[in-house]
Amino acid sequence: MNKNDKKAHKFGMVIDLDKCTGCGSCMVSCMSENNVPFKEDESNKKDSITWMRVYKLTNGKSFPETEIVYLPRPCQHCGGKGDHGHSPCVSVCPATATDYGYDTGIVSQIYTRCFGCRYCMGACPYHARYFNWWDPKWPEGMEKYLSPDVSPRMRGVVEKCSFCYHRYQAAKDKAYYDGREDIEENEYQTACTTACPAGAIVFGDLYNPAHRVHEIVKPDPHPASINSTVVGKSRNPNVFRLLERLGTNPKVYYLSEREWVRKAGDNYLAGEWDKIKNHHGSESHG
Amino acid sequence: MKVDRRSFLGLGLGAVAGISVSPVILKLTDDSSIWTQNWPWTPVPVDGEVSYVSSVCSLCPGSCGISVRKIDDRPVKVEGLDEYPINDGGACLHGISILQYLYDPARIKTPLKKKGDKFEEISWDDAVSMVAKKLSDIRSAKTPEKLACIIDKDQGSVSGLFKRLMKSFGSTNLYTMPSFESYLELTAAALHGKGTTIGFDLENSDFVLSFGAGVIEGWGSPVSCFKANASRKERGAKLYQIEPRLSNTAANADKWVPIKPGTEADLALGMAAVILKKNLFDAAAAAKFKGGFNKLAATLQNDYSLSKTSEITGIKETDIEETATLFAKAKMPVAVFGKGRGDGSQSLKELIAVHSLNCLVGSINRKGGAFIQPVKNYLEFPEESMDDAAKEGIAKPKFGQYVHDLFEKVNVSSQPAVEALFVYQSNPCYALHDTKTIKQAFGKIPFVVSFSSFMDETAGEADIILPVHTFIERLEDIPSGAGLAKMVVGLSKPVVKPLFNTKHPGDILLLIAKALGGSIGKNFEWASYDKCLETVAGSIWKSLSKSGHAILAKGVPEAPPEVDMTFLAGNPASVQSNGDGDLMLIPIDNMRLPSSAPAAAPFSIKTVSDEVLKGKDTVVEINPKTAGSLKNYDYVTLTTPVGTAKVMINLNDGMMPGVIGMVKGLGHTFDNKYVSNKGVNINDLIGPVIEPGSGVDAAFGIKVKISRA
Repeated sequence: MNKNDKKAHKFGMVIDLDKCTGCGSCMVSCMSENNVPFKEDESNKKDSITWMRVYKLTNGKSFPETEIVYLPRPCQHCGGKGDHGHSPCVSVCPATATDYGYDTGIVSQIYTRCFGCRYCMGACPYHARYFNWWDPKWPEGMEKYLSPDVSPRMRGVVEKCSFCYHRYQAAKDKAYYDGREDIEENEYQTACTTACPAGAIVFGDLYNPAHRVHEIVKPDPHPASINSTVVGKSRNPNVFRLLERLGTNPKVYYLSEREWVRKAGDNYLAGEWDKIKNHHGSESHG
Repeated sequence: MKVDRRSFLGLGLGAVAGISVSPVILKLTDDSSIWTQNWPWTPVPVDGEVSYVSSVCSLCPGSCGISVRKIDDRPVKVEGLDEYPINDGGACLHGISILQYLYDPARIKTPLKKKGDKFEEISWDDAVSMVAKKLSDIRSAKTPEKLACIIDKDQGSVSGLFKRLMKSFGSTNLYTMPSFESYLELTAAALHGKGTTIGFDLENSDFVLSFGAGVIEGWGSPVSCFKANASRKERGAKLYQIEPRLSNTAANADKWVPIKPGTEADLALGMAAVILKKNLFDAAAAAKFKGGFNKLAATLQNDYSLSKTSEITGIKETDIEETATLFAKAKMPVAVFGKGRGDGSQSLKELIAVHSLNCLVGSINRKGGAFIQPVKNYLEFPEESMDDAAKEGIAKPKFGQYVHDLFEKVNVSSQPAVEALFVYQSNPCYALHDTKTIKQAFGKIPFVVSFSSFMDETAGEADIILPVHTFIERLEDIPSGAGLAKMVVGLSKPVVKPLFNTKHPGDILLLIAKALGGSIGKNFEWASYDKCLETVAGSIWKSLSKSGHAILAKGVPEAPPEVDMTFLAGNPASVQSNGDGDLMLIPIDNMRLPSSAPAAAPFSIKTVSDEVLKGKDTVVEINPKTAGSLKNYDYVTLTTPVGTAKVMINLNDGMMPGVIGMVKGLGHTFDNKYVSNKGVNINDLIGPVIEPGSGVDAAFGIKVKISRA
């Protein structure tokens, strides 16, 4: 689809870190939905495949001033510099095994094309991609619970979060069957979003002002004034993206009222944070 | 033939020409590329028609509604059920993992009999007749009290059938595992009279004062609590968390008040003293208190002055005063209790002291407060017919009130105090304190019958295993409890046909009763468990079968109950911890690790942080100040009076200095490589501490020595 198509979507999510309890429902819902396997020992987190991973952040202060916050990290579905679709991983893939969907903003992963060079893993600033070092193995009989909507992966390929793309396909099929042109907000929700018992994850179309995700994020359609590669910066002062200034333009936004949490979204030189913490997109579109 | 230069070149060139013309190379390249793109060993899930079945989860007392997505007859995904009165669409990670329990490698597939150290398969007929024979022998010896039974919970029809069997048999020795619900009923019994329970209206409260309750760590009905907590900000409600460690609940709270472990009761009493002194209590409610309220008030002013309370608890006087004042002045405050999940050992003094705060500020049966209601007995079992042996038997006293009393009795008796023990869906050999002595008691019981779906630690100690369907393979009523403000009975339905040669626990009891015959057989004359449920559920069956649940009570209960302060007025002593180490070891409840039966699913284990479980080692939390020269992931040996363990350490600023925190739910030893032989079971290190006055096991921790390993 052409990127200028009026019907194009830009699916994204905003995660309220003040609501997140670190319970892990999103991780398990994702694994169960997407046929993610498990091994005998999953405590080496570098080879533990978790499309959605919940990180623990602390403010680094000592007892009793310590604070903790949990940060769920799916694939950030980067739009790349200027939001033109040149995501870091897509740009380096020699096999076109990962591609940018201009109609959805979703970064795909085609397992049978991937030959396991892992350039994309090196390019991804968010550690969102995982390599299958081993073939998946389920205990006897357990492969009966696998879902036909997502292919199980094999040894030697990279995998990552797809924003539950099969759910988008199913919603589109249903809309087509019903004779509708487009899908409703609640028809396409990712498995992590629906599972979250705290309602901390909000998913929808960042292009659609009626969607909750748009209402919360209020994305600035123009390049940021201090960094022209950054597009879609939130105009909500409590919303931020991870490593935003790299210009990767993630579609996953985070929300927190706590300043130290927002600051933890990037690395700053001494004094730098105070200079940029109040840039929240152009005022004229507020 | 002589090979000269010319013929060599000729042959060589000919071969090159031949190979380049031949399709073999192309074919081989093509074949190899096809071959490398084939993964015949990677499963291809079969597609089919999609359907959804709704049911109720009974993994924990939360009783959430679930929706199971099926492809033809295969269940593939479990999600929370939208609009269910308890969880409204939300689900916890364990509920989502249900299908891993269904296909668990540790499932027991057929009845088993212990032979030596191993189990051998037997038929259901043989298994039931062996159990019936043993029971008949006990009855003919006129010692029916020597049949004991441990069940997982008190409510519901399956528990009802176990109780019925025990009563018809003539034994009073039926015990339930400690649960949050059991502590709620004990607390309510002490303050408001027997047969009542407590629910907390968290979703409407504007000030939740939590004495270590892991509101977002699996306490109460977890998903319901997550929801109430998430809406806090929008409602302008506050959560103050009092506990020694920066738990997730403390981290998410508006304020974390660190407290010395085991002094929560003293803090609650100190706060009560502040509320009384500043005249912030509800005078109308307090006027009706019975059982020496004035005496208690005097004791509080003497023994729980701000300075004394501050000294005991390690909390600043101003913090105690401020928190107590905020609590009392809030419109709809509620104080919640039950450390961690609320199902571990608890001090009844602490629970009563905390709940007294609710009574003092008039939060009883008020919106946003604590609801006191009678335990609803919604099942109508017909009166048992009792023969003489049964009548004699039930006149004999029970060994004790709690399950640890049973094991104590077995261990101290030289003759077998218990001839046969039934264990239903619980894992005392793992979940009770000092597992060594529990296993020792199991060794002294001649005949142990396990009703379990999984070969867990307790099933491994059994002589006969009668494997039961997992809950998604069977019909059952699931009553809510666990501190929910409303009372809901859900109907758990068979989502999938039983995979193995297992039976419904209710049907097994029917078979045993039939084999025993006489009046016992007569008491179980239903054609099947399903028929039995339909009959005894009586008036609510229609609602259960039609909408999947029945609401027994919701909204604010009307009549305010009486409040009896006798227990506290007696000024009971606080529980002390055992041991002589200089550090305190306390258990940690982690949402991602269940601490009782059943054990975690592989998915849940996978989500556990490497700051909790690393390889095969438990990682304990310790403050960097306490750790001294120890570094992250250093090995240490923990020594308590009960046991020793080698663990790794995690330097954690959120842990109070002087305290070591160890997660519950690790260290399983049964045969499931994804879940077992990982870490240490904290119950191997902590022994029971029996609280004077209540008799409950109230150990909140144990003194521990630490040394570099």
